[in-house]
Amino acid sequence: MAYQLLKFALGGEYKEPRFFRDCQTPKKSYDAIIIGGGGHGLAAAYYLAKDHGITNVAVLERGYIGGGNTGRNTAIVRSNYLTPDGVNFYDASVKLFQGLSTELDINLFYTNRGHFTLAHSESAMRTMRWRAEVNKHVGVKSEVVGTDEISKACPQLDISCSGKSPILGALYHEPGSIARHDAVAWGYARAADSMGVEIFQNTEVQSIDVKNDQVQGVQTNRGYIATGKVLSAVAGFTPRITKMVNLKTPIVIQPLQACVTEPMKPWLDTILVSGSLHVYVSQSSRGELVMGSALDPYEVHHTKSTFDFVEGLTSHIADMFPFLSNVKVVRQWAGMADVTPDFAPLMGITPIKGFYLDAGWGTWGFKATPISGKTMAHTLAHDKAHDLIHSFRLSRFDEYELTGEKGAASVGH
Amino acid sequence: MKLLNCPMNGLRPLGEFIYGGEYREMPNPNNSSDLEWASYVHYRDNAPGVKKEWWFHSPSGTWFIAERNTLSDEVLNTYLFGKAPFPKNENLSDGKLGDEKNTELSA
Ligand SMILES: Cc1cc2nc3c(=O)[nH]c(=O)nc-3n(C[C@H](O)[C@H](O)[C@H](O)COP(=O)(O)OP(=O)(O)OC[C@H]3O[C@@H](n4cnc5c(N)ncnc54)[C@H](O)[C@@H]3O)c2cc1C
Repeated sequence: MAYQLLKFALGGEYKEPRFFRDCQTPKKSYDAIIIGGGGHGLAAAYYLAKDHGITNVAVLERGYIGGGNTGRNTAIVRSNYLTPDGVNFYDASVKLFQGLSTELDINLFYTNRGHFTLAHSESAMRTMRWRAEVNKHVGVKSEVVGTDEISKACPQLDISCSGKSPILGALYHEPGSIARHDAVAWGYARAADSMGVEIFQNTEVQSIDVKNDQVQGVQTNRGYIATGKVLSAVAGFTPRITKMVNLKTPIVIQPLQACVTEPMKPWLDTILVSGSLHVYVSQSSRGELVMGSALDPYEVHHTKSTFDFVEGLTSHIADMFPFLSNVKVVRQWAGMADVTPDFAPLMGITPIKGFYLDAGWGTWGFKATPISGKTMAHTLAHDKAHDLIHSFRLSRFDEYELTGEKGAASVGH
Repeated sequence: MKLLNCPMNGLRPLGEFIYGGEYREMPNPNNSSDLEWASYVHYRDNAPGVKKEWWFHSPSGTWFIAERNTLSDEVLNTYLFGKAPFPKNENLSDGKLGDEKNTELSA
């Protein structure tokens, strides 16, 4: 060990091993092409190779991997949703997350913190009871707790919220966790690359070639690439891609913002969410408070941050934690959220043969990264939607069979 | 502070307004198929570009139309429904307006 270290130090060349090959020239054709090198696209590539032996795959990313919503979220992982189908799906994701650091051999800083969704009104308490019952029925640990338990987990919280909107209780979800989001993208990228998947950064899909309702290939800034299967995993860019194949969806793009404070000594162990105050907050392993709020109020396809957002968010945080009033916000940013009317994702096959969608992730898709990758890989390999994602199909809107998750997803993430 | 021009009340802070979504031509409910109706209710071309949208000025209860570039967030025109030339949708939403690179820089 000491010898190795000495040799390394005197060697004079400190090249970090690359996570994945620096691919520049795509082949003429691939068995499958994945548009978008976010967590979802990279996870789908990994499970295509690992579960289905399909390795002749290219991931095309217009910027750098993880630079989309994957690297912009507040990294909350939970499964306390409202519909049984949603709970089952997100629970499968949480289970994959729990073993993922080992599987991908990278430290994802996955930390189990527990997750409180605070209720400030009787009607919010009713939704919490409903969610708790659905969760327990499906076998997910969630329960309604009173203010004593909340204060025990977080004595710093002002239960009266400065007298403005007293907390009545909460939905407590023991498996709630946070993870290091960039590492999720890097881990999947490295593992997929090691099995033969090629990852192209700075590579933008400009159009999709469809003949007789069957995908033929994609045009990129690195030339034309033939393929019979294209997976669109582009989150906030989804309407631009679906327009290329003349597919209409109910997705609306709205910015979602987040910010962090200066680092502090660790004091906040749990994840706290308040739908009424439009706030969610946790403390990162670096000591910063990571905070987010509701969507910006209307459609815009950009990632500008606004002063309105920090002003609104920090005033609510100060109601919950008056002692934070002198703490500084040091960074804020935004991502483009691909929101659906029922707050459930949009996944699976489409009317165009060989064109698959993994979208509608809005404000809630980071936690679904592993399971969406796994189920989309299955869907591509078998040309048939995986059972777990049946309720998330695009055609549910034709059939008026929406999967109402708003009560569990609108602010909670 | 962002301002929006209400056709009845002039420039007002954006906080006084509520976004009502993209304007779409309503099919005749009496003779449209279930699928046509579902498509009217749910589907839209939400690629960035200049869109005609419903907006609501809350203090005065005024619904009106705004033509807005959803990539740059610039409002080109606002008017009461039916009170201004109302060109067909195709001319407006070609999805190509604005400079896409701008969104990258502001990230
Ligand atoms: C502020 C914020 C907070 C959030 N908080 C949470 C949270 O706490 N918990 C949670 O579960 N979820 C959260 N989310 C949602 C979550 O971040 C996303 O749903 C998820 O990361 C989507 O991952 P993805 O891989 O599908 O998309 P992305 O990571 O956005 O990846 C899509 C990629 O596609 C690329 N791309 C686009 N167009 C093209 C093209 N034409 N050619 C090639 N590449 C292209 C983009 O550059 C991008 O890298 C939050 C989101 C935001 C913005």
